[in-house]
Amino acid sequence: MSTVLEKAATQPEPLSMTQVRRIGFQTIVIREFHRIVRIWSQTILPSGVTATLYFLIFGTVIGSRIGPMDGISYMMYIAPGLIMQAVINNSYTNVVSSFFGAKFGKHIEELLVSPLPSWIIVSGYVAGGVVRGAMVGLLVSAVALFFTHLPVEHPVIVVGAAVLTSVTFALGGFLNAMFAKNFDQISIIPTFLLTPLTYLGGVFYSISRLPGWARHLSLIDPILYMVNAFRFGFLGESDVPVLYAFAIMIVAIAGLFTAAVVLMTRSSGLRE
Amino acid sequence: MNALSVRGLTKTYQNGVQALKGIDLAVEQGDFFALLGPNGAGKTTLIGIVTSLVRKSGGEASIFGYDIDRQLEAAKSCIGVVPQEINFNLFETPLTIVVNQAGFYGIPRRVARERAEKYLKQLQLWDRRNHASRGLSGGMKRRLMIARALMHEPRLLILDEPTAGVDIEIRRSMWEFLREINQRGTTIILTTHYLEEAETLCRNIAIIDGGRIIERDRMSNLLRRLHTETFVLTLSRPLREAPALPPYPVKLVDENTLEVEVSKEENLNDLFARLTSLDIEVLSLRNKVNRLEEIFMRLVEKGAAA
Repeated sequence: MSTVLEKAATQPEPLSMTQVRRIGFQTIVIREFHRIVRIWSQTILPSGVTATLYFLIFGTVIGSRIGPMDGISYMMYIAPGLIMQAVINNSYTNVVSSFFGAKFGKHIEELLVSPLPSWIIVSGYVAGGVVRGAMVGLLVSAVALFFTHLPVEHPVIVVGAAVLTSVTFALGGFLNAMFAKNFDQISIIPTFLLTPLTYLGGVFYSISRLPGWARHLSLIDPILYMVNAFRFGFLGESDVPVLYAFAIMIVAIAGLFTAAVVLMTRSSGLRE
Repeated sequence: MNALSVRGLTKTYQNGVQALKGIDLAVEQGDFFALLGPNGAGKTTLIGIVTSLVRKSGGEASIFGYDIDRQLEAAKSCIGVVPQEINFNLFETPLTIVVNQAGFYGIPRRVARERAEKYLKQLQLWDRRNHASRGLSGGMKRRLMIARALMHEPRLLILDEPTAGVDIEIRRSMWEFLREINQRGTTIILTTHYLEEAETLCRNIAIIDGGRIIERDRMSNLLRRLHTETFVLTLSRPLREAPALPPYPVKLVDENTLEVEVSKEENLNDLFARLTSLDIEVLSLRNKVNRLEEIFMRLVEKGAAA
């Protein structure tokens, strides 16, 4: 017995918490990346196919009849919006399905028993959503280049708007997954809120073409600001001040991140 | 230092069920400790609180001196847990599952891969490392959870019914493995329904029932408390009625099987001498039930009567 106790006493002390957090965060991101790649036909491919159809139908067939939008060819005008639409959907869907799947399959317990704090777990899942948003965004950008020339006027704004939008919706997906009790509840928000807001968020048109009441109504849609900031980065054209767009995204991220960490710490629906 | 120290721990679930009613328990560093109790006694709730999967209603708990309220991250770093239910991603491979788990505890990937090879080989899962884990047998899934719990080389390993549904051969190899882990210095807390398992492996024991610890002692002390044992004798020739063998209470189970109760003060030589004098030939002898099982049943029944 004493030998056992002596051996036990020589065991190393726990690692530094900074190392645990850094490696823990990396591990969640790597796991999410492997998940995205493992089921690429569900995570990556659909957005490429959808974008191709949008460019064919809205760009080539219908777009040729619409004519230029704000002096820009219609195909070129809708390209940033379609890329952003893919980024929004995929960032959201990745986190909501991965986190809810972990809840449903109980393997979220692997993280709950680990020494990782809530903010690292939230950040890891959100980073996974951003990774998928970036992968799909690049794929849709590549598809767009088959149909139109796409200049980049302000690269920093392009990257900034894409990353902040992706973070915002990944956090939204996390909150949805925290509250969801079944698989139906993870599809309600993407179907009934995200898709309408995206379509009405200036992906296919400039709000300057809308009647006054509709233009004002559009201004309460946060996705409008994100799409326009992104479009400004590519084409130098926006219906709204770009600064507003960044301010909205930063405030949204701060609020959503705080809510996600509080809920994760309380472990609503995760711990009894 | 105690590996686990629990004081006045209570838990009342939202549905009003009071699962723990003030538990006090200390498990020494280096111990191999059995936590036994009937279904619904509070074992899994206690483990859930210690591993932070269940929120306590009251009381205190600490792991190697780290309080789970004030130093939760440090406390959790010390624990490896093998839960009762399968809780890994069935679409991932065993290798991915264990390497990722090490990462959640801050183990660098290179080290995690070395450990994965070591533990998956020791638990006979290395050949299946790249197959989807949903294809593993029940016993393999349990062994995978043990490998996963060991990846960060925890100082305290908690196993909640690790051998449930595992065949006897694998169960015995798992016992051997757990003994080695314990001898290398890891404190082990084991809950099991196989009392033979607890008796074989554990040095100390607590029995929990109705949310309270009803017994806490060294295994050897507890077993010494058993005053009588019942032996089952297989006879070479059939008997029509139970023979009189005073002072031993005797029961004829069937014409070739006799049950004899022997108290601690009596010896088997005397019993066999009496059987020989009656020309009764014994072919074989075995204990009717496991000794720990007998004590366990008595304690739990006593608790229920109270």
